Amino acid sequence: MTTTVVRNEGPAAVEPTPTVGSHVRDYWSRVRGGDIGALPAILGLVVLCTVFAIMRPSFLTAGNFANLFTQGAAVTLIAMGLIFVLLLGEIDLSAGFASGVCAAILANVATKLGYPWYVAVLAAIVTGVVIGTVLGFLVTKIGIPSFVVTLAGFLAFQGIVLMLISGGSNIAVNDSTLVAIANRNLPPVVGWLLAAVAVGGYAAAQLLRHRKRLSRGLVTDPIAVVLGRIGALALILGVAVFILNQERSRNVLVSSLKGVPIVVPVIAVLLILWTFVLHRTSYGRHVYAVGGNKEAARRAGINVDRIRISVFVICSAMAAVGGIVAASRANSVDPNTGGSNVLLYAVGAAVIGGTSLFGGKGRVLDAVLGGAVVAVIDNGMGLMGYTAGVKYVVTGVVLLLAASVDALSRRRSAVSGTR
Amino acid sequence: MSTTPLLELRGIDKSFGPVQVLRDVALTAHAGEVTALVGDNGAGKSTLVKCISGIYPADDGQFLFDGSPVSIHSPREAAALGIEVVYQDLALCDNLDIVQNMFLGREKRSGIVLDEPTMEQMAAETLAALSVRSVKSLRQHVSSLSGGQRQTVAIAKAVLWNSRLVILDEPTAALGVAQTAQVLELVRRLADNGLAVVLISHNMNDVFAISDRIAALYLGQMVAQVRTTDITHAQVVELITAGRSGALGLADANAGSAGNGTGSTDTISGAVR
Repeated sequence: MTTTVVRNEGPAAVEPTPTVGSHVRDYWSRVRGGDIGALPAILGLVVLCTVFAIMRPSFLTAGNFANLFTQGAAVTLIAMGLIFVLLLGEIDLSAGFASGVCAAILANVATKLGYPWYVAVLAAIVTGVVIGTVLGFLVTKIGIPSFVVTLAGFLAFQGIVLMLISGGSNIAVNDSTLVAIANRNLPPVVGWLLAAVAVGGYAAAQLLRHRKRLSRGLVTDPIAVVLGRIGALALILGVAVFILNQERSRNVLVSSLKGVPIVVPVIAVLLILWTFVLHRTSYGRHVYAVGGNKEAARRAGINVDRIRISVFVICSAMAAVGGIVAASRANSVDPNTGGSNVLLYAVGAAVIGGTSLFGGKGRVLDAVLGGAVVAVIDNGMGLMGYTAGVKYVVTGVVLLLAASVDALSRRRSAVSGTR
Repeated sequence: MSTTPLLELRGIDKSFGPVQVLRDVALTAHAGEVTALVGDNGAGKSTLVKCISGIYPADDGQFLFDGSPVSIHSPREAAALGIEVVYQDLALCDNLDIVQNMFLGREKRSGIVLDEPTMEQMAAETLAALSVRSVKSLRQHVSSLSGGQRQTVAIAKAVLWNSRLVILDEPTAALGVAQTAQVLELVRRLADNGLAVVLISHNMNDVFAISDRIAALYLGQMVAQVRTTDITHAQVVELITAGRSGALGLADANAGSAGNGTGSTDTISGAVR
């Protein structure tokens, strides 16, 4: 009988060993087939940075580079959690104010009650977990659409923030450790050390995987591509650490300001943690499965309800982390913490980074790439002296653009069958 | 082939409220054979399959697996016995690749980390054992596969777990000519490899091409289970539509009142009597 693709011999797994050329061609055909991944975010980042650098030379200074990280940190962290919810095709509109509630809890525990910083952080994260559990329960067990549940949460949490900080005023965050998260830097040596550890760890993981697959006779990426990836990471981290280790202080005699902001390794560790969870554990596999085809997942024996509740828990817990960073950066918590544009920036970051609003497609790295784009727009337009109004409009347009790219590439891949 | 059937059902009854869907149904499936389960829409084929796979509990009746009585209360218990069902649709995740789909819900792990190389190797071996050569890469997303390739992956997923009985629900319903041939060949190969196969199909050509036995359901009753070589195409159609064909099927003539479909068969039962 006939087979669609007849090979001369051998089992299914015997494929021609990929070369660098075929690897590039494969990638290009995937992109053309609609699987564009993070390409728009990276291109957008390059274009935006070039434009801002030409218009405002101060954009390219080491000081502003460091600012980008601290400005984008909270949004990026919230977006990381949102990606889990988006992977299931759900949405969490309450993530912004959930981060506000958690920040208010943090400030109350640390400042008003005077507990040490770790108790306050724990309390904030537990609050996030509780919020997520409630949201997840309402969506999964009661069956209310997540849009409605989290829209209700959006309103209610806004009120809870007001109540927690007893109307209008704000609560200062003075604890030196908490303030350090978003305001202090690592000593330059430690920055280099962490970068070296990161590159070394990545190289070890990649090479080990390569060798293991080779020894099992499985198809591997060409070694040149593997080495290229490691080299690219080393280059990016090296340049970033080098720039951040430059002196950024206006007056060195008064105070020295250099080194990697502490929030950067915080983001990096969470990025690695959640990437590991999504791609290397069966829990992560099941998240993708439920996002791709809920019925197939159910028939495969996956507890779909548990997965659905868990993503809301992760999302709200990450919102808590984002809230802690926001409180640290502002040195205080006020009624607007986690409010205004935070949520939409976070959703925008995830979508701009390449996570699909239709579920089933996305990576935690998307939050970092998209968060960088959002931070660059916000920062660059601020430097150019545009008002908040213009910034909102531009960010809204960029979000719309990203969502259109998502929808169009989805349509394209439906045609070429490579979603 | 073997004398003891791998699966034997006796006197299965199943009602949904006042509606009795299965009435005293008996079915046997032998290892190394393809048993075709035929019947018109609403005859109870799907309900019977769901009883076997543990999705619905049967109201009454006996399950014998490998000669010994068993009771199946959940899909997991069915899977533990080595019973796998391949559904016509809704069985694969488009956004996952072939290996990920084949191991979905039963991933191999070392510690908490997924053991990808082992899974990929097992998937490759399973596909090779089924002589599947039509997929380009095991790391291809299922969305990029054709209907026949998807069905192939679904079947390979079912045999991955040392399963002993594979039930296929209309595996060729949505496929073109070449792909149907490909999938039927694969189904035949499953039986030749020693598995018991139950094939649900509406397509008589498929049924006669690969089945060893034919079991016909008519309005919730098993009207006949015979060797494929002992029956003609026309007789099967009569069994499906009227519940009887000559000496075969329901003894009662009262079932004939519902058999208004006989006109479409254009044949007479006497021809083979």
